[in-house]
Amino acid sequence: MSSLTAAERVAAARHPQRPGVTDYIGALFTDFFEQKGDRLCREDPAVLGGIALYHGRPVTVIGTRKGKTAEESLRCNFGMPGPEGYRKALRLMKQAEKFRRPVITLIDTSGAYPGLEAEARGQGEAIARNLMEMSRLTVPVVAVITGEGNSGGALALAVANRVLMLENAVYAVLSPEGFASILWRDASRHEEACGLMKLTAPDLLALGVADDVVPEPEGGAHRAPEQTFRELDRAISRHLAALLRESGPALAAGRRQKFRKIGAGEEA
Amino acid sequence: MNGIFAKRRARLLAMKAIRDNYIPGDKRIACPRCGGESSRRDVTGNLSVCPLCGYHFPMGAYYRLSTILDPGSFRELNEKLPAADPLSFPGYREKQRAAQRKTGLTEAAVTATGTVGGRRCVAGVLDSRFLCGSMSAAVGEKITLAIEYAAKNKLPLILFSASGGARMQEGILSLMQMAKTSAALARFSEKGLLYISVLTDPTTGGVTASFASLGDIILAEPGALIGFAGPRVIQQTIGETLPEGFQRSEYQEEHGFVDAVVPRGELRETLSRLLRLHEKGGRP
Repeated sequence: MSSLTAAERVAAARHPQRPGVTDYIGALFTDFFEQKGDRLCREDPAVLGGIALYHGRPVTVIGTRKGKTAEESLRCNFGMPGPEGYRKALRLMKQAEKFRRPVITLIDTSGAYPGLEAEARGQGEAIARNLMEMSRLTVPVVAVITGEGNSGGALALAVANRVLMLENAVYAVLSPEGFASILWRDASRHEEACGLMKLTAPDLLALGVADDVVPEPEGGAHRAPEQTFRELDRAISRHLAALLRESGPALAAGRRQKFRKIGAGEEA
Repeated sequence: MNGIFAKRRARLLAMKAIRDNYIPGDKRIACPRCGGESSRRDVTGNLSVCPLCGYHFPMGAYYRLSTILDPGSFRELNEKLPAADPLSFPGYREKQRAAQRKTGLTEAAVTATGTVGGRRCVAGVLDSRFLCGSMSAAVGEKITLAIEYAAKNKLPLILFSASGGARMQEGILSLMQMAKTSAALARFSEKGLLYISVLTDPTTGGVTASFASLGDIILAEPGALIGFAGPRVIQQTIGETLPEGFQRSEYQEEHGFVDAVVPRGELRETLSRLLRLHEKGGRP
């Protein structure tokens, strides 16, 4: 693995040519059928989800979508979901449980959208509901942080049995800019924040938040996407195979215990 | 009540509540909403509600519990659970110590068992005076232990939220507390037990996006700021001024996220009534 600084990894995670959710779905899955809408009020293109075949097995795949072109980015709000996106994701996950399909989530978001309408429709409630409901799903859930995973907006798709991170992906309570702004009232100190936040894949593996790190090609995932897809495919297959041997209740219990242990006071 | 111990517990909580309200010097206090000055005694004697305009001042955790639990019923849970510095974040230990000195608390959450109107329950309170009531690993752990205690003993649960959101200095571990507490509530709920969430000023960020929003019943004190993103961030993002009353309790009630806005003076009676309504068959 390369030895980039935390700030360099943040830059790599945000690289404009970095593969996005549609690339991963295209490369790792077949026969993808997109499902739209939260069945309550609207469709949120910042979350892409549907049914697909993964090595011949039906799965539900859900990811955040940043968009490739300016037009597409605008349409999917630069990958910042509103409550409708999280509610759609939950709808698809509950459906996956009904049809006994594993759930695979692909996360790359700077966070949940901090907007007026998002608040009016219960951004906080939508995220909270996902955390609670995901914790008790009786099908395997594998989450992959592919780029940025910021705040509750990322966690709302990441209450998984296995949390995988691409080597240069970052996972944090907040963007380094937001972090510096809250802590020091100075967003320009974001590089300093990167160094302190413990947001890189190796950091999170050490903290027990991530379960596995997927190697990226030299220079980042976008330099050799095919290689990235192969490595990711290998990791997902391996973890999914192990989870598919577990019973439904064991999957829910294992997932709950995984999160139960975090911050349970081994340090005094 | 069993005599001397109950009396001792009542005195202990009363003393801690007095400590919550003790601020050296100023005998008078200005209301941030109406600007009117009142004597501190008039305010604390009125549940920390402004006698002039009804503004709800922030409340210390022990003081809150002393106004909700029946006298002598208070028993603190996991009082000794220590504050942690899991990321060895520069300057964090000093911040914690300063907050501890200021509040007399070890962390931003206090959890206890007690009775409300004679009915046993588990109650947890976040204290916004301690680093904005932000969610640290210790706060998440304390809340989770309280939920698990309630589940194990088949008791209803009441959580009072007051939080600026995540504890920055604990980074991702703060974020993970959202999943931990929500998962504990899922288990709790599966046992058919009642959870009442009481939102107080301010309830934002990761606390809103986890246990605060998951109550079977959600109450809010009047005028409390309740939301996921803070108003400053939203304003910066959308570049417009926010409408009057945005994200306040009454707004959340109107938008369907709060069962009832309950003034502090009626909270104890409301909670007592809700506990009664959830007894077997709804009978007292």
